[in-house]
Amino acid sequence: MALNTARRSGRRGRRRFTRRDLVVLGVLLGIPVLLDVAIVWGPTLASVVLSFTSWDGIGSIKWVGTQNYANLFTNYPPFWPAVRHNLLWLAFLGLVAVPFGLLLAVLIDRGVRFSRFYQSTLYMPVVLSLAVVGFIAQLIFSRDQGVLNAVLGNTKNPTDWLGDPNLNIWMILLAAAWRHTGYVMILYLAGLKAVDPSLKEAASIDGASEAQTFFRIVFPTLRPVNVIVGVITVIESLRAFDIVYAVNHGRNGLEVLSVLVTDNIIGEASRIGFGSAIAVVLLAVSMGFVVTYLVQEIRGEKSR
Amino acid sequence: MSRRGLLRGAAAGAGAVALPSLLTACSSGPGGDSKTIKLGSNSSDAVPKKAFADAFAAYEKQSKDGRKIKVNTVDHNSFQENINRYLQSDPDEVFMWFAGNRMQYFAKKGLLYDISDLWQEYKGFTPALKAQSTGADGKQYFTPYYYYPWAVFHRKSLFTKYGYEAPKTLDEYVALAKQMQKDKLDPIGFCDKDGWPAMGTFDYLNMRTNGYDFHKSLMAGEEAWTDKRVKDVFDTWRRLLPYCQKGANGRTWQEAAQSLQKREIGMVVLGMPHPGQQFPANERPDIDFFAFPEINPEHGQDAVEAPIDGFLLAKKSKELKNKKSMESAKDLLRWLATPKAEDVYLAGDPNNIAVNSGADLSKYTPLQKKSAELIAGAKQISQFMDRDTRPDFASTVMIPAIQKFISSPNDVDGLCNDIERQKKSIFASE
Repeated sequence: MALNTARRSGRRGRRRFTRRDLVVLGVLLGIPVLLDVAIVWGPTLASVVLSFTSWDGIGSIKWVGTQNYANLFTNYPPFWPAVRHNLLWLAFLGLVAVPFGLLLAVLIDRGVRFSRFYQSTLYMPVVLSLAVVGFIAQLIFSRDQGVLNAVLGNTKNPTDWLGDPNLNIWMILLAAAWRHTGYVMILYLAGLKAVDPSLKEAASIDGASEAQTFFRIVFPTLRPVNVIVGVITVIESLRAFDIVYAVNHGRNGLEVLSVLVTDNIIGEASRIGFGSAIAVVLLAVSMGFVVTYLVQEIRGEKSR
Repeated sequence: MSRRGLLRGAAAGAGAVALPSLLTACSSGPGGDSKTIKLGSNSSDAVPKKAFADAFAAYEKQSKDGRKIKVNTVDHNSFQENINRYLQSDPDEVFMWFAGNRMQYFAKKGLLYDISDLWQEYKGFTPALKAQSTGADGKQYFTPYYYYPWAVFHRKSLFTKYGYEAPKTLDEYVALAKQMQKDKLDPIGFCDKDGWPAMGTFDYLNMRTNGYDFHKSLMAGEEAWTDKRVKDVFDTWRRLLPYCQKGANGRTWQEAAQSLQKREIGMVVLGMPHPGQQFPANERPDIDFFAFPEINPEHGQDAVEAPIDGFLLAKKSKELKNKKSMESAKDLLRWLATPKAEDVYLAGDPNNIAVNSGADLSKYTPLQKKSAELIAGAKQISQFMDRDTRPDFASTVMIPAIQKFISSPNDVDGLCNDIERQKKSIFASE
């Protein structure tokens, strides 16, 4: 029966979709769009609107204009450190963890001894959630009972790795990079395996050195992987939350935007208007990256 | 597949999305089992959880009408963080919470059930307890169950070994700390990684310097944090810092209590359950304390910080609309307010003390007896900073501020200005 309808409609000429097709399309597209609007765009817009109000989650909603933002920029000490830490996170993962992951991938791909062992060891942290990484970091960096101070043997005046606000963000970045490096390494390994060996052969026949082969031949073919790694790194740095929350609730030197949002909205505090304003700032920063990425991709699509 | 089938499928898909909310909406309509009382508990730690289970079992056993309790335990911190939403959506009839401002806040929002009628029957509660159970409108909302004092804890054996004497005044406290340093001890244990333990020290310093009344109005947002009296508090605190354990912002209260247990520190300002839970059972009799020393003779040691925990009725609970369920819930509160109910609990958790004056003191440990005396002798009882002021102010302003003071104690003026500016914007939001 279905086939018959299709054929009949085909004979009718110009109309490319039957009503039935339209219904199917409408439903199949409509449901995801509806879900997207209800679950993603609805709350997003609600946050933007709420950011101009003062609301404690119980009483009436009062319009306060841009007061929350003024407050945020001038009168909320953790805000600017949080912005700085998010950017630092991005820089550290992007400039340290990613190149290091790539280096490890190349070394393992070349087949150093025990490469399978390294591969699995380095990948291991990726299966852990960042919150768990946070707990592990505390076992290592805790001032009184941590492994690191015990190994260093400075019991007289131990370093307060996680309590010193000038120091702790670096320790946490190290812990986060420990996991991120493995992640990046696996992605690059997969990419490297997919590089056509004949390209490398051709390069070596032409007399290219190893470095030249890598930078001129192999690396450009890794473009799709680079894009994925870049996107993942940005996402990981902007949503950084669980590890600092596990360590000290993102206070005293470990402020990040997502924690400030949670502290104000989810906690007992319920400064929903103020918290929404922070969330909007985070949204604006993320949109910056998303838009840049999309523009690049669409341009790349066209030129291809 | 026919069009109708497809549409049906789509409708089912949409239904699946809406279903969970529908399900929660009708999970427990009124007219359910009025003999079963649902109780929201934040006691997720092993010791109190077990002790509460004992107490509830005792209630069920004595209930002639065959009433039962269904306990719904949530992790302590998650309970606190979700309390707002919990009380607004579909809460259990009875739930555990704290006295003081943290209770009054929800009473003001109309989320708690007025139990003034029960309070007319209650016996054995002091006026101070009643005040802490009363909302801003003069009605009672809270049934107190137990409390525990904050004080300066130390090891009896260590004090005997070195011949230390419990100090009465701040000068003696500092002198003792100096002596401890000579004896190669870290004098004062100090921790604030969790953000709240150092609040206890601030509360005591402020109450001893400026008195309970000033402390209370400061917490209520009625005094300026830039006031010289507040700066004096921070200056006194700075005088104590050289004798405090370094790296407090990286240390949890558990670790601080353990260093007391391991004899690395001489003393520490904490609440009674904190060292209690970190000492092995056979060393617990060695725990001792003295009241936080006097700073200003005008106020002496008259105030004691003793947070009260207890039970409340959630107004939004659907079951409470049912008269019989309401009667059950009130029956439970009435029982919990009796001395016997507290005795059962404390038998399982000796780190707290009963609020009811009729409670059986004969089974108290010496430490509990001393705590009870400390509180009984107090002219005023404060709760704790995060229970005496607005929750949003305590958690988003005071926690970072105190941690900042600990890591860089020299800019008191800047710190106080920071706090005051944020205080104004938060307290103005109502």
